Amino acid sequence: MMEADGSVLRQLLVERGVSRRAFLKFCGAMAATLALPSSFASTIATALSTASRIPLIWLEGQDCAGNTEGFLRASHPTVAEIVLDVLSVNYHETIMAPAGRAAEKSREDTIAAYPGAYIAVVEGAIPIGEGGIYCTIGGRTFQSLVQEVCGKALATIAVGTCAFDGGLPGANGGPTGAAGVTAIVPGANVINLPGCPMNVQNLTATIVHYLTFGSFPATDSLGRPHFAYGQLLHDQCERRAHFDAGEYVLAWGDDGHRKGWCLYKMGCKGPETFANCPTVRFNDRTSWPVKAGHGCVGCTMPRFWDQMSPFYRRLSNPPGFAVDVLADQIGLGLVGVVAGLAVVHGVASYARAHAGAAPAEEAPPLPPPSTEPGAPPPPGGLPGAEPGPSSDAPAPESPDEEAS
Amino acid sequence: MATPAVRVPADAVRRREPHPFDAVGREDAILLRSQPWQRVRVYVWEVPVRVTHWLVVFCVVVLSITGGYIGDPFLIPETGATMGIMRFVHMLTAYLFVCCALVRTYWLFRGNRFARWQAFIPTNRRHLNEFATQAGWYLFIRRELPGILGHNALAAATYMIVFFLFLVQIMTGFALEAQHGHTVVASPFGWIANAVGVQTVRVVHRLVMWAILAFMVHHVYSALLVDRVEKNGLLSSIFTGYKFATRRQVAEARDGGIELEEMLR
Repeated sequence: MMEADGSVLRQLLVERGVSRRAFLKFCGAMAATLALPSSFASTIATALSTASRIPLIWLEGQDCAGNTEGFLRASHPTVAEIVLDVLSVNYHETIMAPAGRAAEKSREDTIAAYPGAYIAVVEGAIPIGEGGIYCTIGGRTFQSLVQEVCGKALATIAVGTCAFDGGLPGANGGPTGAAGVTAIVPGANVINLPGCPMNVQNLTATIVHYLTFGSFPATDSLGRPHFAYGQLLHDQCERRAHFDAGEYVLAWGDDGHRKGWCLYKMGCKGPETFANCPTVRFNDRTSWPVKAGHGCVGCTMPRFWDQMSPFYRRLSNPPGFAVDVLADQIGLGLVGVVAGLAVVHGVASYARAHAGAAPAEEAPPLPPPSTEPGAPPPPGGLPGAEPGPSSDAPAPESPDEEAS
Repeated sequence: MATPAVRVPADAVRRREPHPFDAVGREDAILLRSQPWQRVRVYVWEVPVRVTHWLVVFCVVVLSITGGYIGDPFLIPETGATMGIMRFVHMLTAYLFVCCALVRTYWLFRGNRFARWQAFIPTNRRHLNEFATQAGWYLFIRRELPGILGHNALAAATYMIVFFLFLVQIMTGFALEAQHGHTVVASPFGWIANAVGVQTVRVVHRLVMWAILAFMVHHVYSALLVDRVEKNGLLSSIFTGYKFATRRQVAEARDGGIELEEMLR
């Protein structure tokens, strides 16, 4: 099946001296990343061998270029780079050769030559405050660029958390009104790969999925592929056994930390984060934050800078209180206040019961001559009882007086 | 009819209607209609009310201890599966709690007058006025408690808030469990974490736990207080179902009526 001579990939593999074995290993890794059976490795290999190039426009807005860094350092560098080369990157401000007008022209040419047939990748948030003037490229607002490029694309891949929902520029207090691609181009076919940065393995797998099956992977309600964001990170974590056993790091560098115990009490957000970091890892499957001894900060989750902070505590601090006040302090204070009020009220009630006159309920208002309250009625006569429905009505009682 | 109209209470008209005691002999009727000071018992809390009450107490205690541990693991064991056990017990108890909530909700529509929804939501002016009189009693402004056999107006309103807090706990709890992909639970509640953020859900779950614990402190105190002042067997009523009151109190209470009387023999 690797006999597709003359294919783009075949040439590239030969040019870069990549062995067929390395290529097949890559295909197997892709099948695993996509949560496909291993039998799909050969399907992927066939598809990649015969795939034709797809033009790609990589836009970069409000961001730190961290996803570009990840892209350039794709794991299995030789093979993945080649696969990513199957996509001919026609426009990428950070790494493209042309500059100035020539650069803008290559973008315009791509859109004109491949209408609805190129892939747009957006990295970074899109500022929409004050007409989008906080980020302009070649005299145009980034917002209008995204709307034009993504609106005419086959599909848009939003890489990184900034392009997902505004990320850091869009966090609470950000002045630029930063938003994600989905909010800017609502109708576009957007696949979100959030992360800070996104895992390039997931980007590669998303593209491989398209090259193999002709469609993009299934996504959740937030537009994130199920294969990468379908499971709780906590449920895949290599330290999960320590969590269940109640073995926690209590301070950085303590005995538990050296033993690789669970970082739950250090504020790890693994239990609220959906990502495949524990299985895919970063930098050629070398490591990921928790393996390196630092808790997850939940960077793949919506509005994680606001939602997941403080990063080193389990719970967010309730709004409306000082930044240092914990939920448990508020709750304990509430219980204490109620208990204190109960004690004060109890003392006052005791005083009322013993200072004032006995409550009216205690003394029957019309005591019969010889009957104790509650005692069985004397046989024979019924002293003081008037037959008739309204017999007990004319009782001089203080509640009646107060009520009238 | 010959009684002077000066002291006739407002509901005297209602009490002139025929009632079960008319059927008994004249001697007994006279006996039963007399002696308004006599203590009688009233069956207030039916079995489902009492059972769900104590199961909810059990659940709140267990859920608070295990939930407190889950939120901030305070035990560091030498060996074992502390967190695993705590989470298992927490979720098991949560389902028991949900069952209690379902039964009690059903009983809002099938229970007696003290358990029905009308006991909680004011449907008449007298109920509304009791907010002021009951609050006045708590604030030492009034010396007399408003006549009521079941929940007083303030208590009923408080319980409605507590029911709401229970609902919040159930929804946020299931929203958090839905994170683990339990589809049966996730399908109705998974949207919550997406809508408001999962950490917000967690903080709310935690704060509401404290609010419920604060309510428990208040609840035990006011039960002790009212039991002591009213001497109506309030504390024992949640075990036996019976409260005690004079026949006048039973007749005049907002939720009263002489048909409720059960004579102490």
